[in-house]
Amino acid sequence: MSSQTPAGPSLTVLAREGRRALPIAMVSDQEFVALDDLAAAFQLTVHEESLGAITVTYKGKTIVLTPEQALASVAGRLVSLPAPPSRSGRRWLVPVEFISRALTLVYDARLDLRKPSRLLVVGDVRVPRILVRYDSPGAGGRLTIDATPRANSTVTQEGERILVKFDADALDAPTPLLPPQTLQAAAPFVRDIRVADNTTIAIDPGPRFGGFRAAAQPADATARLVIDFVSAQTDTTPAPPVPAAPQPPPEVPPALTPPASAIRTIAVDPGHGGEDDGVRGAQGTKEKDLALAVARRVKGIVEGRLGIRVLLTRDDDRNIPLDDRTALANNNKADLFISLHANASVRRSAAGATVFLAAFDDSDTEAARPAPGDRVPTFGGGLRDIELVPWNLAQTRHLTQSIEFATILEQQLRNRVPLSVHPIDRAPLRVLESANMPAVLLEMGFLSNAEQEKQLMVDVFQVGVAQSIYEAVVRFRDSLNAGGGR
Amino acid sequence: MDRRVSVAIGIVFVAFVVVWLMFVSTPRWFSRPQKPVAAAPAPAPPAPPGRKIKARLFYVSEDGTRLTGVEREIAYGEGPLEQAREIISAQIAPVTEPLVSAVPPGTKLRALFMTEGGDAYIDLSREVTAAHTGGTLDETLTVYTLVNALTANLPAITSVQLLVEGKEVDTLSGHVDLRRPLSKNLAWVQ
Repeated sequence: MSSQTPAGPSLTVLAREGRRALPIAMVSDQEFVALDDLAAAFQLTVHEESLGAITVTYKGKTIVLTPEQALASVAGRLVSLPAPPSRSGRRWLVPVEFISRALTLVYDARLDLRKPSRLLVVGDVRVPRILVRYDSPGAGGRLTIDATPRANSTVTQEGERILVKFDADALDAPTPLLPPQTLQAAAPFVRDIRVADNTTIAIDPGPRFGGFRAAAQPADATARLVIDFVSAQTDTTPAPPVPAAPQPPPEVPPALTPPASAIRTIAVDPGHGGEDDGVRGAQGTKEKDLALAVARRVKGIVEGRLGIRVLLTRDDDRNIPLDDRTALANNNKADLFISLHANASVRRSAAGATVFLAAFDDSDTEAARPAPGDRVPTFGGGLRDIELVPWNLAQTRHLTQSIEFATILEQQLRNRVPLSVHPIDRAPLRVLESANMPAVLLEMGFLSNAEQEKQLMVDVFQVGVAQSIYEAVVRFRDSLNAGGGR
Repeated sequence: MDRRVSVAIGIVFVAFVVVWLMFVSTPRWFSRPQKPVAAAPAPAPPAPPGRKIKARLFYVSEDGTRLTGVEREIAYGEGPLEQAREIISAQIAPVTEPLVSAVPPGTKLRALFMTEGGDAYIDLSREVTAAHTGGTLDETLTVYTLVNALTANLPAITSVQLLVEGKEVDTLSGHVDLRRPLSKNLAWVQ
């Protein structure tokens, strides 16, 4: 955000009710917030147990933290944190990622932590990230303004000043919008550019400004606005000190240039197939058919809109061994693995979608730790350290990112389909264990529930699941491209 | 002639050793080869009649998403192995509402054995897969019903592997990895 730092760094919380700042403390280069500040902001109850554990309760749901452990137990599930809780005087501090990894799992509203901007967006507040670039094609100048997630904007002129107003509640924009050297290069056309109020960017034209043309270019989840500046007919200014300005170094990774993407290939695995029907609903719906139908929809949307390659582990009615499904993803160096299934319960009332993550016993994670002594000879002599992780434990190295993707996917699904009372769960699932990339298994709903069986077979539901997966991929990709800011 | 006979005897001996090693000594190829210390066929010989102990058995919670621990009286068994067999026999026995079992109806205990290292092997009849509802959730609940029934009641047992019709299986219905013994997991218990 543009203007919010009281004294020292702080995390700006943006909610429908308004904004507030939570002080940030730096501990060993990690950003921490005080638990009692979080408690005040989010109506949490914090209690220090006699055995040293710290329990954080929200509406009956509990998060347990243990001093010296970089883990939180959230309603019975473990999530990792970048650092253990830290004591500062009488207060407990937790890494800011506690919000995006633990608190978000129990909190009623969406919590979108944008670590690079020190911003926490609560609920459905629309706060697009703004990235501005300047370049000078030919004799003119061009500003490119990207807003993610997509927020439409209107461009108006007041006097000489150009105003870009976004259809949003606030903007997540860097300060300054353009770094000084870029602004210097832009000076003939853009004297200054800054956030004027919560949702408006103001551009003051430079001496060569003769007019402008603005065009919107929507692209997947980002709205791009391109403003071209035309040179004044009578150029009264002497040649500025920056003739033929060199291409400014890109101050931010360009959000839309395809090669920079951290996700190029996704493997989507429709469960079961062939003689293995999977679950069969009372009305005859087969899990294998539902999984394939949704997988094809995901492939259509993701390939069509994002240009990301989507591999299906099967594209017809055949059974493929579980190991072969994961091997296909590994061999094609997929960046994400999503297995699609439908659930069943002996309790007919059970309903809702669940995102499953792999789970490992302690002995497994011990076995997956690379042995420091593993060395192999290299071509031309010498030895090289290698990391050997048993094939069936490959997923242990990607669990943090799998948790992140599962969390994002759950948030996207929440808007469109019913979720289980445990929307994220962990189990020793064979198809995930050997996946050498972030991997989840989505149980879309219960075919054992008559009502859900009807829902699962209608287009609206299947499109809703596919759309949620698409949106989750976009958010996950953006997060990876931004350096895994969560 | 003597030499040919001794060569032939040698070959037969080597072949016997190889066969013994393959099929008797190391029946489990890559996972912790531990010698079973005991194996007992089911059904169990009855324990001293009337003697009972309390054990915590596991059934599907009301909302279907977790297990619930229920304390029940079951037959006493002499030693951990006999007791393990009694626990599993009681756990897979048919129940009536409000209890609902995650173990498919008709599933029988074929055998149960233990290693010195505390791994228990439960050999179940084919109904445990053939009559399974499928789905990740129910399969997970079936597995942890059996794993927890032994590990939560018998400290001597630290992990459990399920076999079906005497053989190792990949999964029960396509989800949970059963290629290795699993430890107690109370996260699946309410």
